[in-house]
Amino acid sequence: MDLKDYRLSDGLYDELVTQSGRGRIGFGELSKFLRKSDAASLNQKKAAAELAIKTLGISFTVYSDGENIDRQWPFDIIPRLIQEAEWRRIESGLKQRLKALNCFITDVYNGRNIIKDGIVPGDIIQSSKDYRPECEGMRPKFDVWAHICGTDLIRDADGTVYVLEDNLRVPSGVSYMLENRNISKRIMPELIERHGVLPMDDYPSQLFDTLCSISPRAIKSPEVVLLTPGTFNSAYFEHAFLAQRMGVELVEGADLMVDSDDFVYMKTVEGPAKVDVIYRRIDDQFLDPEVFRADSMLGVPGLMRAWRAGHVAIANAPGVGVADDKVVYTYVPAMIRYYLSEEPILPNVPSYLCSDPDQRQFVLENLRDLVVKPANESGGYGMYIGPRETEKFTGKMRKQIVKNPRNYMAQPIISLSTVPTWIDDKLDPRHVDLRPFILQGKHNYVTAGGLTRVALVKGSLVVNSSQGGGSKDTWIVRTNVAEATARVV
Amino acid sequence: MLSRVAERLYWFGRYMERTENIARLIAVYSNLLLDLPKSAFIWDSLVKITGFESEFEDRFAAASERNVVKFLFDDPSCSLRATTRQARENARTTRDLMPNEVWEKMNELHYLLAADVSKCINRNRRHTFLSEIIDLCLELNGYLNGSMSRKSPYYFLKLGRNIERADMTTRVIDVACLNLIGLTKIQEAQDNILWMGVLQSLNAHQMYRQQVQDRINDVDVVDFLLKDEHFPRSVGYCISDVTRSIKHLPNNTLALRAARRVKRITTKVSTDVLLDSEQLHASIDDIQEKLSAVHSSLLQSWFRTS
Repeated sequence: MDLKDYRLSDGLYDELVTQSGRGRIGFGELSKFLRKSDAASLNQKKAAAELAIKTLGISFTVYSDGENIDRQWPFDIIPRLIQEAEWRRIESGLKQRLKALNCFITDVYNGRNIIKDGIVPGDIIQSSKDYRPECEGMRPKFDVWAHICGTDLIRDADGTVYVLEDNLRVPSGVSYMLENRNISKRIMPELIERHGVLPMDDYPSQLFDTLCSISPRAIKSPEVVLLTPGTFNSAYFEHAFLAQRMGVELVEGADLMVDSDDFVYMKTVEGPAKVDVIYRRIDDQFLDPEVFRADSMLGVPGLMRAWRAGHVAIANAPGVGVADDKVVYTYVPAMIRYYLSEEPILPNVPSYLCSDPDQRQFVLENLRDLVVKPANESGGYGMYIGPRETEKFTGKMRKQIVKNPRNYMAQPIISLSTVPTWIDDKLDPRHVDLRPFILQGKHNYVTAGGLTRVALVKGSLVVNSSQGGGSKDTWIVRTNVAEATARVV
Repeated sequence: MLSRVAERLYWFGRYMERTENIARLIAVYSNLLLDLPKSAFIWDSLVKITGFESEFEDRFAAASERNVVKFLFDDPSCSLRATTRQARENARTTRDLMPNEVWEKMNELHYLLAADVSKCINRNRRHTFLSEIIDLCLELNGYLNGSMSRKSPYYFLKLGRNIERADMTTRVIDVACLNLIGLTKIQEAQDNILWMGVLQSLNAHQMYRQQVQDRINDVDVVDFLLKDEHFPRSVGYCISDVTRSIKHLPNNTLALRAARRVKRITTKVSTDVLLDSEQLHASIDDIQEKLSAVHSSLLQSWFRTS
C-alpha cells in the first residue's frame, strides 16, 4: 500500500499522513508496515480480527422483536496513533476538568457560591432537567460525585484537540476499548511492540480501587456490586465484562433490597449480604421507585434513603447529571478558573448560548453554518446540523430557539480529523473521535488512550455504533527520539 | 453468591444437558431406523420423549422423519436451537463465574446452530453435524469440570445437569415401555434392537455390557438405567450426585429431604414392577413427580427465598 495513493480529504487533518503524503513523525513503524502490506495481507488480518470478535463473543445488543440480537462489534484493523508527549498534556487536561466538575456539583448542592459570585447564572441550574433536589446538602466521600467520566474529544482541521462533551451519567464503551486492544495483540503483536504502545489493561483494577476507596465502611474488602438494567440493555456486554474483570457481583435491581435499618443488602444463597458500593449503570430516574419514577422495575426501593444516610456509596452519585448538560458545558473553562485557579489545559469547542440575547442573535443569523444541540440529550438525539437540514426544519429550529432559548446551544461545525481505514481493499480516510475514561476517587486516573470511534460511511461524521459507526484501537506511542532527530537532520 | 445467579447456573446446566441429550437422541434414532421395519413408530417416540406433542401437532400433520428432525432442530419449544439459546441467555448473565472458554464454546455452538436446517435434515450430513454439537457440549463440560472451583456455582450447575439427566432417563424408559404396550406383535429380534437403542441413546450400551452379562432384555436394561449406582446417566447415580451437591450448600435441609425421597422410591422399584409395563409406567410417573419436588425445593431453599 503506497501512502501516496491515500486520498486525503482537502482541508482536513489526517492523523497519520500529512498533506504532502508523508507519514507523520513518530508513527514511522505503522507507515512502514502499511507500505509493506498488500491487500491480501491486510484482508487476512481483517479476517483474523473478525474471527477473534466472534469467538470472544464481543457484541453489542440490539433488542427487537422480543429478542436479544447480538451484533458483532465493528472494528477496523488500522490503529489510531497519538504521541505520548501530546497524550500527557491531554491526560492532565482531563483530570483537571473532572476535578472542576466535581467541585461544581458539590457547590450546586451545597451553598452555590459559583452562582453567588456571578460566574454561572442561577437559572441554568434551576432549569436543568437533571437537577435533583433530593441531593441537596449531600457531601459524598472526597466530595466526588462523578467517579467515572467518559469525555469525548475531537481534533479540528488545524490539529487542535477540543472537548466536545463530558459524559457523567453512565458513560459506556470502556470494555470495547479493552477488547480492541486484545484483538490488536492477536493480529499485530510485532507492531505493538515496535511502537512501544502504552498498556491500558489496568483499567478494571483501577476502577475497582476507585470504587473501594469510596466505601462508607472502613473495611479491607468492601462489598462492591455492579447494578445493571439487565440483558436487554445495549451495554449489557460491558456490564458483565467489567463485573468479571473486577471480580464483583453483577446485580439487577431485584437482587438488592433496603432493609428497615436503611442498609442495602443483596439476596444470596447464604441469606442477605450487606452492600457497600454500587457502581450503577442505570439512570437516576430508575434508581429508586420510592423517589423517582414509581414504575421503575430496574431500581431498588429505598436506595436513596440508604444513600442519604451514608450507608452505601453510589457511583456515579445521584444528581451528577446537572453537570452533564450542553449549556453547563460552556461554563467548564470558567469553573476551572474559579475552583482550581488554573487555566484550562483543554479548550472547549467554541459555543454560543441561546439564552444570552447577543449570542442568540448571532445563532439565529448564522443558523445555516452551525450545529445546534438540545441541552440535555445525549447520543446525538435532536441535533440540528445547519448545512444539511431542509428550509422547513430550519424554520422550525428558529422558532424553537426563540421560544425556549435555555434548551439550546450552538457550535461551529468542526471538521473531525481522519484516520486511514481499511475499506473495500484500500486505505481511505474516515472521521474519528476519541473517548478516554477518567476516574476520580481517593486518587485519579486516565486510561492510556480511549475508545476511538470511526464513521465508516464516507464523509459521515456519525460515529455511533448503532448508526453505522465502527471503532479502532488507540495507541499511545512512546515518542521515538531517534526517528524524530533523523527527520530534522 | 446471588440467588438469581444460582438459579441461572442451574438452568444453564439443565439446558446444556438437554441440548446434548436431544442431539444424541436424534443421532441414535437415525441409526436405529436402518434396523427396523419401515412402518416403525420411532420418530413419533422422539416427540413423546420431549413431552411437547401438542406443539408438534400444531405444526406438523405427520411424525415423519423429516418433520420430527425439523421440529427438534428449530422449534421454539424444545429444539436444539431453543435449548442452546436458553443456555446462552443464562450463560450471558453468569459467564463471569465460569471459565472464559465456556462462553467461547457457547458462542461456537450458537453459531453452529444458526446454520441452515438442511444440515440436520440431510441424512448424509446429519451424523457429522450432530457429532459436532455433542463434541462441543462435551468440551464445554470438560472446561467446567477441569477448571471450576468446587464451590457453590459449580454445585448449582451440577444440580441442573443431574436433575435434567435423571429426568431424561426416566422419559426414555417411559416411552420405550409405552411403545411395548401398544406393540405386542413386534418380534423378539426387534425388541432386542429397541432396547439396544434405548441404551445407546443414553450412551449406556458399553457400560451395561460390562455390568450385565446376559443377553439384552427389558428387565435388566430398565433395572440398570433406574438403579445402577455407578453409571452416570442412571437415575440412581444422578440422584446420589444431586444429594452430594446439596450437601455442599448452605440451608440444605429441605432439598436434602426431597432428594432422599426420590432415592428411596427408585430403589424400591421391584422386579415384579419391571415385568409389567403398566406398573412400571406408574412407578416412573411417581419418580418424575418426586424429581420435580426436588426442583421445587431448590426454588424454596435458594432461588426464590423471600
